[in-house]
Amino acid sequence: MASLRDIKTKINATKKMRQITKAMEMTSAAKLTRAEMNAKRFVEYMDKIQEVVASIALGSKNASHPMLETREVKKTGYLVITADSGLAGAYNSNIIRKVYQAVEERHASENEYAIIAIGKVGLQSFQKRGMPVVESVTGLKDQPEFSEIKAIASSAVNMFSEGVYDELYMVYNHFVSAISQRVTEKKLLPITDLQEKQTTLSSYEYEPSEEEILNELLPQYAESLIYGALLDAKASEHAARMTAMKNATDNADELIDTYTLEYNRARQASITQEISEIVGGAAALE
Amino acid sequence: MSKVKVSVVTPDGPVYNGEAEMVSVKGIGGELGILPNHIPFVTPLTINPIRLLNDGKTDLIAVHGGFIEVRPDQITILAQAAELPSEIDVERARRAKERAEKRLQQANQEKIDFVRAENALKRALNRLEVAE
Repeated sequence: MASLRDIKTKINATKKMRQITKAMEMTSAAKLTRAEMNAKRFVEYMDKIQEVVASIALGSKNASHPMLETREVKKTGYLVITADSGLAGAYNSNIIRKVYQAVEERHASENEYAIIAIGKVGLQSFQKRGMPVVESVTGLKDQPEFSEIKAIASSAVNMFSEGVYDELYMVYNHFVSAISQRVTEKKLLPITDLQEKQTTLSSYEYEPSEEEILNELLPQYAESLIYGALLDAKASEHAARMTAMKNATDNADELIDTYTLEYNRARQASITQEISEIVGGAAALE
Repeated sequence: MSKVKVSVVTPDGPVYNGEAEMVSVKGIGGELGILPNHIPFVTPLTINPIRLLNDGKTDLIAVHGGFIEVRPDQITILAQAAELPSEIDVERARRAKERAEKRLQQANQEKIDFVRAENALKRALNRLEVAE
């Protein structure tokens, strides 16, 4: 049996660890609240831009744009959103596994796909495997602003327009609730799902012409979708980290209980032993 | 005088919500003054300040691109970035302007860099104009 002091050290070490995980849980909870607020503020912009895009793209017959048209797929782009650090449970590994699976299933060689990585964990994992990462950004803030990802969003959209790839998927964790995040793969380009989302069509006058507005609007729309996915992913990240840290704290609690029991037993045993030694000694004297 | 509701919305949240007697913007087809009860209308914007006229006063907002959606009772400006005068860091904008000018002189050969530097310069000038 471990000595009293050994057990005491273990208890103290675990208590310190619990303090850390508890603190991390609480910061993540605070960040999650803010992330949810950011997502809510963004919805206003997204809804509006969607409404206008849909009413132009669906409302008029002569409006066409390369970003709306499906073309033959020679190369596929994946925009993968992971976190910059671990300690978030299965948050990162779920995403990375999903990408590996998708690539394995759909592509015979490295020339058939390209990866755009947001987040350090994903980037390093793809690079280690020698997968073609064409663009990456790391070190985003916990509450990212649009300007931070503007560059990568527009280059992702540009690469589609320039024909680097013929379709673009986003892979990220969708925030369902604080305890549940779902790995989601969403087709971003070409834009095909306008129809289902639209309920009321407004008719506008367009200046200078519908096509020119689409030229301006569609890239902005696609970039907004990327930003929206990032906000969603960030909320998931904080939620995942919160849950992971909560579990760690709970486990530490359990460990401390077990160790404390062990400690008390050991202490009791030593007291009993001392008493019996004294009693034994006294008996020998009589 | 009748007024129209005006809101400026960016991905980072709403920047401005209020009313105006007239909204004056520079679209890609030229400058527009929009009064209340305008027909529904959409046009992309250039990187320029927008002006809100209220009781003889003019408020400026730096809007970096985006587009304007007009309805009879509501004008919405959607931009990837927009700033009120109070939010603008003049010192930073001035530095950005100098940087962009320098880059413009160097980057005459490459087209992409040129466009990017030009946009950066436009944004910086836009901010400075609104802030001053």
